Amino acid sequence: MKDKFTIKNLNFWYGDKHALKGINLSMKEREVTALIGPSGCGKTTFLRCMNRMHDLYPGNRYEGEILLDGKNLLEKGLDLIKLRSRVGMVFQKPTPFPMSMYDNIAFGLKLMGVKSKSELTSRVEKALKDSALWEEIKDRLHEPALSLSGGQQQRLCIARAVAVEPDVILMDEPCSALDPVATAKIEDLITDLKQNYTVVIVTHNMQQAARVSQYTGFFMLGEVIEFDTTEKIFTAPANKLTEDYITGRFG
Amino acid sequence: MTREAYHKALKDLEGELQQMAVMVGSAVRASMDALKNRDLETSKRIVHDDIQVNRKRFEIEERCIRIIATQQPMAVDLRILAAIINIITDLERIGDHAEGTAKISLAIGEAPLVKPLVDLPKMAEKAVSMLERCMKAFLDRDIETARQICNEDDEVDAYYDQIYKDLVLLMIENPKIIKDATYLIWAAHNIERIADRVTNIAERVVYMVTGKMEEMNVSKY
Repeated sequence: MKDKFTIKNLNFWYGDKHALKGINLSMKEREVTALIGPSGCGKTTFLRCMNRMHDLYPGNRYEGEILLDGKNLLEKGLDLIKLRSRVGMVFQKPTPFPMSMYDNIAFGLKLMGVKSKSELTSRVEKALKDSALWEEIKDRLHEPALSLSGGQQQRLCIARAVAVEPDVILMDEPCSALDPVATAKIEDLITDLKQNYTVVIVTHNMQQAARVSQYTGFFMLGEVIEFDTTEKIFTAPANKLTEDYITGRFG
Repeated sequence: MTREAYHKALKDLEGELQQMAVMVGSAVRASMDALKNRDLETSKRIVHDDIQVNRKRFEIEERCIRIIATQQPMAVDLRILAAIINIITDLERIGDHAEGTAKISLAIGEAPLVKPLVDLPKMAEKAVSMLERCMKAFLDRDIETARQICNEDDEVDAYYDQIYKDLVLLMIENPKIIKDATYLIWAAHNIERIADRVTNIAERVVYMVTGKMEEMNVSKY
């Protein structure tokens, strides 16, 4: 399995605050990588570096390299719109746009220049099928997206990310606002998505990290303390800090 | 996020395990003393009391399952529980071997032993000593001692070989004692198996500490 992302000596600052310190790791293609760690450890900051979301705010600064298929994402002049269509993101709370379910999915496609109605319709259908939502909403695609349940809204957001056919999907605590049934559906979906996409998920739920991911990184105070297979991290981590965190001895 | 009640439950469980080990170690010693001293009352009591060991095993297993179900243990905690679930099976079997020795004593009944027991009690003492040190190694997370104990299994095997040869010679000399001498070979075999079970426990101690499954001493029996 080839490396999708290779991070080399990545440092990141919010103004004066040094939030990520010398991060080095690689993420495999078409595998799920989970990022865990106590609040404020830098895992979400790291996730947001991977599609340069931090560029939306002034005063933020990167150093180092984030290589996606060997190309450095921190290079000047990179087309960020293109980058974010290759590296999609799903947030903690579902963020459907105040429009119909269909238009939510078609939105990104139209931005990318897809004009043909039949192509839009077929890609909306495919995205909804890939996100395990099609059967539940196929008869009411033109109703408001906000009428969906929380779990359905989150899957709609995943469909919206998937519709533009990204390489990578970043998920920032995608189940933290969902009930256990909706959470189980998203977790199943993550496992399905892995067939076609590289998935990186930030989660506070360690059982979720253990269930859905193949690799896990443990962050603390802006550093990667340990990065290994999920099996190793949750059965016999090499670092005492990792062990103390996942067994609840600090945090 | 520190989980005091959970970690106390884990510590308590380790205490219960030590208690079970003391129960079976005492049963092994008492069963050998009773065999040697022809104390049939004690032998009967050991057979009767084995049920308490079995109960203890179920009690500990249920507590492990409860912790797994309610606390989702991970990493070293998960390995401790996996080790305990395995160790109680070995301890229960050691208890069964003590019961077996007591039953042999009852089967011999009022008849005198075919020879005074010298090596057999020493062999039993060696096996119990291995058990006791192994359980301490569990508490101390001491993999060096655990590995050392596995090597000591060879000494117990050597006792078994010697006892077996002595008794076979006696049977050749006097075929009338074949039945009672065979009982003593069974008793020696019980002790030999106890030492093998201790080796299993030592392997679990190493797993618990390192996360690595290692076969440390393969029995030749």
